[in-house]
Amino acid sequence: MKPQVVKNYQFPQSKEQMPFGPGSEAGVLIEINSGWRNLRPVINQEKCTRCLICWLLCPDGVISKDTPQLEIDYDFCKGCGLCAYECPRKTIVMEKEG
Amino acid sequence: MEKKHFLSGDEAVAFAVKLCRPHVIAAYPITPQTVIVEKISEFVASGEMDCQYLHVESEHSAMAACMGASLMGSRTFTATSSQGLLYMCEMLHYVSGSRYPIVMVNANRTIAAPWNIFGDHRDSLSQRDSGWIQFYVENAQEALDVTIQAYKIAEDPKVSLPVMINLDGYVLTHTYELVDVPPQELVDQFLPAFQTTNKLDFEKPKSLSFSAPPEWQTEFRFQQFEAMEIAKEVINQVDKEFGRVFGRTYGGLIHEYCCRDADYVLVAMGSVAGTARIVVDQLRAKGKKVGLVKLRSYRPFPKEYFQDLGQRVQAVGVIDRDISFGYEGAVYSDVKAALYRPGAQVKTVNFIAGLSGRDITKENLAQMYEPLEALALGEKVSEIQFTGLRWT
Ligand code: SF4
Ligand code: SF4
Repeated sequence: MKPQVVKNYQFPQSKEQMPFGPGSEAGVLIEINSGWRNLRPVINQEKCTRCLICWLLCPDGVISKDTPQLEIDYDFCKGCGLCAYECPRKTIVMEKEG
Repeated sequence: MEKKHFLSGDEAVAFAVKLCRPHVIAAYPITPQTVIVEKISEFVASGEMDCQYLHVESEHSAMAACMGASLMGSRTFTATSSQGLLYMCEMLHYVSGSRYPIVMVNANRTIAAPWNIFGDHRDSLSQRDSGWIQFYVENAQEALDVTIQAYKIAEDPKVSLPVMINLDGYVLTHTYELVDVPPQELVDQFLPAFQTTNKLDFEKPKSLSFSAPPEWQTEFRFQQFEAMEIAKEVINQVDKEFGRVFGRTYGGLIHEYCCRDADYVLVAMGSVAGTARIVVDQLRAKGKKVGLVKLRSYRPFPKEYFQDLGQRVQAVGVIDRDISFGYEGAVYSDVKAALYRPGAQVKTVNFIAGLSGRDITKENLAQMYEPLEALALGEKVSEIQFTGLRWT
């Protein structure tokens, strides 16, 4: 499931609003985070067998299996290439970012 | 009813840990701490203690394991010493920065090289800025009592900082004395079960120990700074409350002996304080107005106390079982900085003594009061003195 970016996230405005130590509610994303990617994984949907190895191994959990075809969330994919490396059918190609 | 046991300092700590009912112990042996985790393992093996006892592969892992357990809301314990403390240094900062109230005993032992397994404070003092509360205890009874107090202080929601209890290697860890071991019911009454919101929770998922960018680091550091300031008050309160329940108090951040009308005083940490009190009695019998300040909490440092002391006495000597090469004893620097307020007339001298297990004898201590007397009389003495140094 594609995570929702919280628009207009309110940073703490006072001491009382500060989280206690470096810990806070999980899963709160306040901006898209993919600016450092220079290679983009692209799935060749025709060759994909849906074995889900990439889905399982993606360190950022950005590959979704909720859709008929696997989808990569490019807002949060960091371009590490692990999925392409591990795909048994070499179905994922790392393409140069524009 | 309290039961008297004949215990070494290490064993007294193990008894205290048992009474505090931790959920997780991470154990990695190092002399002169090993007896602590050994004794605890016996308690676990015999069923007297119900906890997870983890055999980890290093001190770094020991602290990491405690952190992991603590972030699941568990009460944890580990013990280390010297090289082991240095090896877990990185994790010490992780734990304090993430605000996990882990309690650890460090059996004070010097740092190599030259290699030596005997006691001084160079290991723990080198971790001054790791964000841990640091206590120094004088005997096995205090080691037991402060371990119980430590959980209450660390787990106070206003504090939520880790605590390191320092126990002089061999002089305390391996020396036997009669120790009162309080009954479990009293400890349960004094120390309720650990409660925290700073933990992983399936109902309320959290991301913990996250990274904070330059825009927000300062605010988190300020939280740690404030927690240490609050800890000063909590340490004193917990000691008083401990006294009400168990009948023993230690004075909180510091313990004064014969200081009220003293002209000059020594400041000491750890086991040497016991010997020093005998010397104070001897000198008092000769009419010398001497006193002793036992510094119990090195961090948080009782700055306000020393600011006041600087107005009351003429000379202060600080015993450092360590040295910061290129300057002076670490404790001396802190005490001096607090004493010298504008207008303060107090004079100071630093004794570097008891390095790597060398005894600090009654004679040594009596001799330390001599330059203090000289300072009080307006004479000059050299500021940094190495006690018992063969030659210069
Ligand atoms: S690993 Fe390759 S074949 Fe398997 S699901 Fe992913 S893209 Fe498809
Ligand atoms: S490149 Fe890395 S982050 Fe992006 S989908 Fe593949 S495994 Fe996940």
